[in-house]
This record gives sequence, structure tokens and C-alpha cells, in this order.
Amino acid sequence: MAEFLSLKEAVSRHISDGDTVAMEGFTHLIPFAAGHEIIRQKKRDLTLIRMTPDLVYDQMIGAGCASKLIFSWGGNPGVGSLHRLRDAVERGWPNKLDILEHSHAAMACAYEAGAAGLPLAVLRGYVGSDLPKVNDQIKFIECPFTGEKLAAVPSVRPDVSVVHAQRADRKGNVLVEGIIGIQKEAVLAAKRSIVTVEEVVDDLGASANACVLPSWAVTAIAEAPKGAKPSYALGYYDRDNAFYKEWDGIARDRDVFQKWLNDNVFENGGA
Amino acid sequence: MSLEFTSSEMMSVTAARALTNDMTCFVGIGLPSEAANLARLTHAPDVTLIYESGTLQTKPDVLPLSIGDGELCESALTTVSVPEMFRYWLQGGHISVGFLGTAQIDRYANLNTTLIGDYREPKVRLPGGGGAPEIATNAHEVFITVKHSKRTFVKDVDFVTTVGFGRDGKARDNVPNIGRGPTVVITDLCILKPDPQTKELVVTSLHPGVTREQVIEATGWEIRFADELATTPEPSAKELEVLRDLKARTNAHHAGQQ
Repeated sequence: MAEFLSLKEAVSRHISDGDTVAMEGFTHLIPFAAGHEIIRQKKRDLTLIRMTPDLVYDQMIGAGCASKLIFSWGGNPGVGSLHRLRDAVERGWPNKLDILEHSHAAMACAYEAGAAGLPLAVLRGYVGSDLPKVNDQIKFIECPFTGEKLAAVPSVRPDVSVVHAQRADRKGNVLVEGIIGIQKEAVLAAKRSIVTVEEVVDDLGASANACVLPSWAVTAIAEAPKGAKPSYALGYYDRDNAFYKEWDGIARDRDVFQKWLNDNVFENGGA
Repeated sequence: MSLEFTSSEMMSVTAARALTNDMTCFVGIGLPSEAANLARLTHAPDVTLIYESGTLQTKPDVLPLSIGDGELCESALTTVSVPEMFRYWLQGGHISVGFLGTAQIDRYANLNTTLIGDYREPKVRLPGGGGAPEIATNAHEVFITVKHSKRTFVKDVDFVTTVGFGRDGKARDNVPNIGRGPTVVITDLCILKPDPQTKELVVTSLHPGVTREQVIEATGWEIRFADELATTPEPSAKELEVLRDLKARTNAHHAGQQ
């Protein structure tokens, strides 16, 4: 059964230096509050997995939490580059960041295979792309039935997956609504999971086909209102597109970034 | 008297016209999204737009800044998970057109959105492939829209993120279960299509007022022109009005959100 913890306690207990951590949320429901707590607790040497690294990983990479990134699209959507990510890849600041790069389709399949307990995912992918030349985790196999050449990638099996959702009920069942992304697969693929939620309610109000993570499939739940800001939680608040644009200026400069981090994560962040 | 319009507007309107009502289009963010929604708001009200965040048959009132803005989900017929989107809907063969933008494109319509320079020591690190590598091979055909410049239109891309026809034009030959690949490239200067035999991109239509020299000057290889070179029809007053309205409310929406 999922255990209700404070965000501080959940991160402290379930994420250790050196862990492989997946924090998902496809544009929607990105677990920023959890990311900031990881920064405050100065976790180090993490292998971060995420399809779309987004600002939350730019902040964690810039704060020195990560040594490796597995991803498929690393930008600030609609705005441009993630400058902290680029600084770490191009100039090793604040530390060197290794990257392993996939396509979205391959990562989606890899998470799904992880959730299914399989060692690999198979897809009709990477035809004619140079990505297999720079990522030794992309192989090609022959279908034993048709002979078709197919791409194979190892499944994603994180030590910890962290996602944000709208609601949990008091038993710890979680409801995810709207763009549900890859969150369910990320949680089911991981050894441990932390789910932050906007609120804990008596009744989830889930429809018959809703995306629900049952309590027994989740390790820890932490209440974190506005925990996805500046991304959004459908039904609660909108995406702060203006901040996404503003981030470009903050992240371009190391000093400006560090001041932002101090002011917004260390000084004024947290519960 | 002809209307006043910019080359960007010419590009968006021309790209929008490539879509028809019966198409199911997997839409990339940016220029493709602008064109696809313009098509939906003008001549193709029933075109099916799909974004990789999982939104099926979406009808946003403003253009999304990101691939997963709330607007896309709230106006969609339904929203599915990302693995379902890529595995069932795209790989399953239900997408007729993949509509993509790019940072670099070469003469065989290969796209580079990964980096400029060497992979391990990039001059410029770009965001990466995202959904494009498989959109380009699993959609039945691919439309590309991108601004025309020598920096973008290079003879050989630095990195093939997303295959057009490969570095020799033959990457799709004898590959089973693969789409036709890029069938049209629409820029702010012209329309290009692959030569049926060699697959090299050839200019088939110049936008009004654009000269061959301008295209030659903006292209990083010895660009060829079709024997029967057309002139692209100008945007109509209605198309310009709808496009300008769409952009104005999009800008107001993204600037005003706090």
C-alpha cells in the first residue's frame, strides 16, 4: 500500500545518490516540486531518465544532481534550448553530463516494456537515422516470423519513478487526468515510486475508464499543491507559458541561474 | 490589386493548403502546427490533427506553445497515453501525413534536429529527434515546412536525425512497411518536391515575386528547377485574416499567462 509521507520525507527515504531516477509528465503534470526537493537535499550522481527533459531537469542538472541523462527531446518547448543542459553537455558545468539519446517512440516502448517486466522493447524504428551510430543501446533484430528488421532497445527500469497527479484518495489510489503521457508506465516500470498530488480527497471521482494507479502499485504519496508549476495540472491551473519564455533568460547565464536557484528553491522553496 | 502579405504568411498559407479534409495529420510544433490549424480554420474544417502528447482530433483555439498545452487536450476528441500514440496510432498505420519542421534539411530531404558539428563535441546542440524519426517512416507521407536559408538548406546534414531518402536517396528502397517519405517541402520562397527517380529535391513552384536567384542564393547545393516551374497562388484575403487572427490571439494568450 502507498505510504503517505511529506515530500521531504519521501525524497529523503526513497531517492539515494547514484540512483536511476525517472521523472515523467509529458508537458502536463511535471513534478517540479519533487525536483526542487531533490535539489534541496543535494542528491548527487543521479542517472536521470525523461522523454522531454524540460525545465525541471535543466534546473536539476544545473544544480549538480545528475551525471547522466537518458532522453529523446531536450529543449524548452516552443522557446529553444535548455541552457543548463547544454552547458553541462558542452562544457561540463557544473559537472560532466553523459547523454544517451533516443527517439520518443523508442522511449515510449522502453517504458512500456519496463512496465511489462520485459528486458527489451521492439519497434519499427530508427530507419535511416544516425541515432544508432551514437547510442550503443539501439540494436537491430530480425523478426523470427517475418524476417523484418526491427529496432530493439533495453527496457527502462528505474530505481525510482516520480510523477505528479491531480488527486489521491485516502487509501492512496491515484487519479491522473488529461494528457496522461507515460506516467503510468514509468511508475509500473520502477522499483519504487513517489507520486505527488494536488490534493487528497475522500472520493477520486474516477470514471470507469480513468487512468488510475491503485494504492498497491505506488510506494509513496506526498501532497504537493501546485506541485507541477510552471507546467500545469488540468482542472487545477494552467501552464505558465510566460515563465517558460522567461526561463530562457534565467538559464543562459550561470550566475543568474544560481541566484534564481537560491531565491526560488533554497530560500523560498519547500514545505 | 493584390494583397499585402509577408513571406512567412505566404509559407504558412501554402503549407496549410497541402492538407485536405480527409487527412489524419501528426503535427509537429511550430510552423507545422500553425499551418495545420490554419487549414482546419479555412478549407479543411474536418482535417484530423494529432499531437504526440496523445491528443486525438484536437481543435485548439490558440496555437500551443508546447506539444502538450492544455488547449490541445481540452479541445480533443480524446487523449491517449504516449505509448499508445506511438505504438497503435502511428506505428499501427493510422496516420496519413506527418507534418514536420527542422533545423537543417539536405538535398535528399533528410532532417537534422540533433546538432551542428560533431556529435561528441557539438558546435550547437539542438533538442533532438523527439517523435520525428518514426513519424517520418510510419506516416504514409511527410510534409515539411521550414524557412529557406543557406544555414538550413545544406548539401549534407551534419546528422540524420530523421530520414528523408537517406544520404544516397535510396534509404527507403526495399524497406518493407515504410511510408513514402517527404512528398513536399514548403518554404518562404518556394515549393520543392523530390525527383521521382533520384529523390533529390527540385523546386516546382516559386512564390509570387521570388526569383530563381533568391532560391539559389538561399540553398547550400546546386538547386534544380522543374522544367515547368509554377507560380504559387497568392494567399486569399480570408486566409490572411484567419492566420492573422490566429497569431494575434496566440501571442496574447502566451504573453498574458501568469
